[in-house]
Amino acid sequence: MTDGSPTQAPPLPVTATGNVPVPHSASGPASAPRRGRVRRLLGWSRHVGAVVLILIVLGAVLAPWLAPYPADGTHATHPLDTLAGPGAQHWFGTDAVGRDLLTRVLYGARTSLTVAAAVLTLSALVGVPLGVVAGYAGGVVRDVIMRITDIFLAFPALLLSVALAAVLQAGTGSAIIAISVGWWPWYARMTCVAATTIRTRGFVDSARCLGVTRTRIVLRHVLPNAVTPVLVQLSLDAGGVILTSAALSYLGLGPQEPTAEWGLMVQQGQDLFITDWWVVAFPGLAILLTAFCFNVLGEGLRSALDPHRELTR
Amino acid sequence: MRPHRDSDGDEDSGTAGIVSGRPRPDRSALTVTDLQVRVGDGDDARLLASLPHLDVRAGACVAIVGESGSGKSTTLHAMLGLTDGLRVSGRIMLGDTDVVSAPEKTLNTLRGARIALISQSPQSSLNPTMRLGTLIRRVLARHGIRGTEVRQRTDDALRDVMLDPDLLRRYPHQISGGQAQRFAIAMAVALRADVVLADEPTSALDVTVQAAVLQLLDRLRAEHGIALVLVSHDLAVVSRIADHIVVMRHGHVVESGPATDVLAAPSADYTGELLAAVPTLGE
Amino acid sequence: MSYLTQRLAQSALVVAGVVALTFAITRLVPGDPAVTYAGPRATARQLAAVRKQLGLGAPLPEQLWRYVTGLIRGDWGTSLHTRRTVLADISTALPATLELVGCALVLAVAVGLPLGLLGAHLRRGKGRWGRAVGDGSVRMTSMLAVSVPAFLLALAVQNLFAAQLGWFPVAGEYTPSLNQTSPLQHLTHLTLLDSLLTGNWPVLGSALAHLVLPALVMAAYPVGVVAQMTRAALLEEVAAPHARLERAYGFSRWQVLTRFSLRPASGPLLALLALVFAFSLVNAFLVEQVFNWPGLGRYASSAITSADAPAVAGVTVVVALTYVLTNLLVDLTQAVIDPRVRLS
Repeated sequence: MTDGSPTQAPPLPVTATGNVPVPHSASGPASAPRRGRVRRLLGWSRHVGAVVLILIVLGAVLAPWLAPYPADGTHATHPLDTLAGPGAQHWFGTDAVGRDLLTRVLYGARTSLTVAAAVLTLSALVGVPLGVVAGYAGGVVRDVIMRITDIFLAFPALLLSVALAAVLQAGTGSAIIAISVGWWPWYARMTCVAATTIRTRGFVDSARCLGVTRTRIVLRHVLPNAVTPVLVQLSLDAGGVILTSAALSYLGLGPQEPTAEWGLMVQQGQDLFITDWWVVAFPGLAILLTAFCFNVLGEGLRSALDPHRELTR
Repeated sequence: MRPHRDSDGDEDSGTAGIVSGRPRPDRSALTVTDLQVRVGDGDDARLLASLPHLDVRAGACVAIVGESGSGKSTTLHAMLGLTDGLRVSGRIMLGDTDVVSAPEKTLNTLRGARIALISQSPQSSLNPTMRLGTLIRRVLARHGIRGTEVRQRTDDALRDVMLDPDLLRRYPHQISGGQAQRFAIAMAVALRADVVLADEPTSALDVTVQAAVLQLLDRLRAEHGIALVLVSHDLAVVSRIADHIVVMRHGHVVESGPATDVLAAPSADYTGELLAAVPTLGE
Repeated sequence: MSYLTQRLAQSALVVAGVVALTFAITRLVPGDPAVTYAGPRATARQLAAVRKQLGLGAPLPEQLWRYVTGLIRGDWGTSLHTRRTVLADISTALPATLELVGCALVLAVAVGLPLGLLGAHLRRGKGRWGRAVGDGSVRMTSMLAVSVPAFLLALAVQNLFAAQLGWFPVAGEYTPSLNQTSPLQHLTHLTLLDSLLTGNWPVLGSALAHLVLPALVMAAYPVGVVAQMTRAALLEEVAAPHARLERAYGFSRWQVLTRFSLRPASGPLLALLALVFAFSLVNAFLVEQVFNWPGLGRYASSAITSADAPAVAGVTVVVALTYVLTNLLVDLTQAVIDPRVRLS
């Protein structure tokens, strides 16, 4: 462990809400290699998580070339080859209509990762601007925007998504919208807090005194600094989105047949679980593995970017 | 890396505590020999602080001065044995006990009872969810002081530091910084600690309150024969009460000697720089 | 006092928003609710009557007004699927879910808190072994617990311990045949409590056996997050300046953790418990489905599949209101525990 305190320069003047990471890391060049070594010790799990995730992403992107029976990922069925156990022909076995499960799990990665990426992008695109405006404008604007997010946050995340997905036409697009509606308020709130803190910092005031326009201050100073915590949060949330979308699909509210989706595959296979375990096990484990890797990676990233959390003694 | 002895003050360091009017002026309360604190192991190890020799007598005040990162706080924490994750060598004798080699259990009975800490940020150093009375009761109970004696000692100590006993019902956020620092001192007094380590005790306080707290510390060491180790970046603060001054930089002692000598005729260039900076320091 | 009123006003505002938002969602329903209600073979006349009955013809503001006053009067509409009033349906389903969620939360605190405490202690410990293996395994276990989809865990546990090993019943709340031999008297609709109060031991035994697996599954995520959060909050506390002072006054690392850090750390933990409570209510949607547990989740799932908008809206409002109320309660408790909260 290194000493957490920076070895040069007095700490920043007391802004001290503490939670918002300081934009420019306080670690001097002298302590960098030492910290690197500590990180290596702490972070091997993070690296394993990253490697597995890269493999999953590669599997998703290259599914049409990697999958043994690409047609099974979309439309084909094989009535003569149903519920074959895992073996040389079908590594993960086949499902009730004879589709190769390895193929479908690979295609399922495409669906899940697409949904996750879309939800996070959409939520950030809605939440971050609202949060920046609220935090920078302050006053009534801030109050109104924050009260609205309060209302959305009064629903447990999955509930709002379920309720919305239940009334929309079930499908991939609806699932993305439904999850995003429950997700964006977190980013709005987070960005608002960060923007408020930044607004009270000296450099924004001095920029204003120099006659820099409001828009420019927001774009050049407030936004970049407020975005850092959101980026970390996005990576932390990816696992949660994967789990939520799997849950929606499991309830029949996500993508529909013949789209390959892990949650849907589990739901369709659950009655066969006792006799043909592979129908549930492989898609289920795919969800678990992906969510786990995202969570490990996110956690590692957070502690890496926020040395205070892990390294202070 | 060897500590470089480029100052001629080292030999004088044994003569700390030559101040009159102290109850037991000859007794050594804390003796440090060949202290070195490092972080990391093997080739990666980095020296955080080294202190070849220091002797703090009962009733004396030794000040360790340096800028942040000079190793002065690390030295202080080493004296308490609170050096998690650091490698400490040398000897720190607190009475008959060597803090460096003593088992954790022994240290826990010494900390508070024999050697106490007054920290830099008085308010945040007090547990925010605990009334001051609860805190001092728990601390006294930790060292086996129970029953009527708790009340007795608490009242005496509060009177000593001139605090109203009503304060015991308050939470740390309900008192001022100066009151918090006085209360911290009162805890050390109530436990009758021989050695009090003060880590920048005034840097978080207003200038007027600073003077009062320093006066208080000065009076207590005289009255109770407390050996005071004062760590500060501010020579102006130190010059008021220290008998002996150790100047540290980058983990090494650059100068060490009686306060009057160091202040009047600094032998190291660095001390001179610090002295020259005194008027502008202490924002 | 001002903190209390302020907090109450804020909650009232949120409740109003929740109701409005729920209303908005139910109006998004594609297709005609009247058709769902009256069935596919209804005549135009019947449809018109149903429309009138459901108040679908009126302009939106009037519908909202009717919806809100209805909620307050206890008229939550009629389920298109069960044909009973939504409020009646919910009041029989909610207790079963609360029983499940309650057990899950108790487990979460009873297991998660010590786990987090242990993790924090090992992390701060001297030994490399403790830090790497001990704390690492606590972290990995809790990480795994939050990463496993509830329905997958439910299926796996059901398959292994009920279907294969036969240690526990596969599904349901208690053995239905007991309704003949020793019928249960309903006082609170909480089966455990009712059977205990009326001394109905066969039902109690059966209910307990049925509860084990779903409660364990429901507890997995809460245990994980509580352990993680306890660990993080405690580590933050022991790194705080007050912890150094406490160490300096002779308290051991363990004492600083348990006697001085738990309380300041309990603020975030309580807030987390409220979050976990809400999450568990929704998690029940998945777990109850697998274990055929007659709770709110199963009711919601069947409402979803049958496009039963009033029922979906009812469940949504109930869960959201429960959540708002819990949050309020947590904030007030927090203000009692940590005096600093009252200031801000």
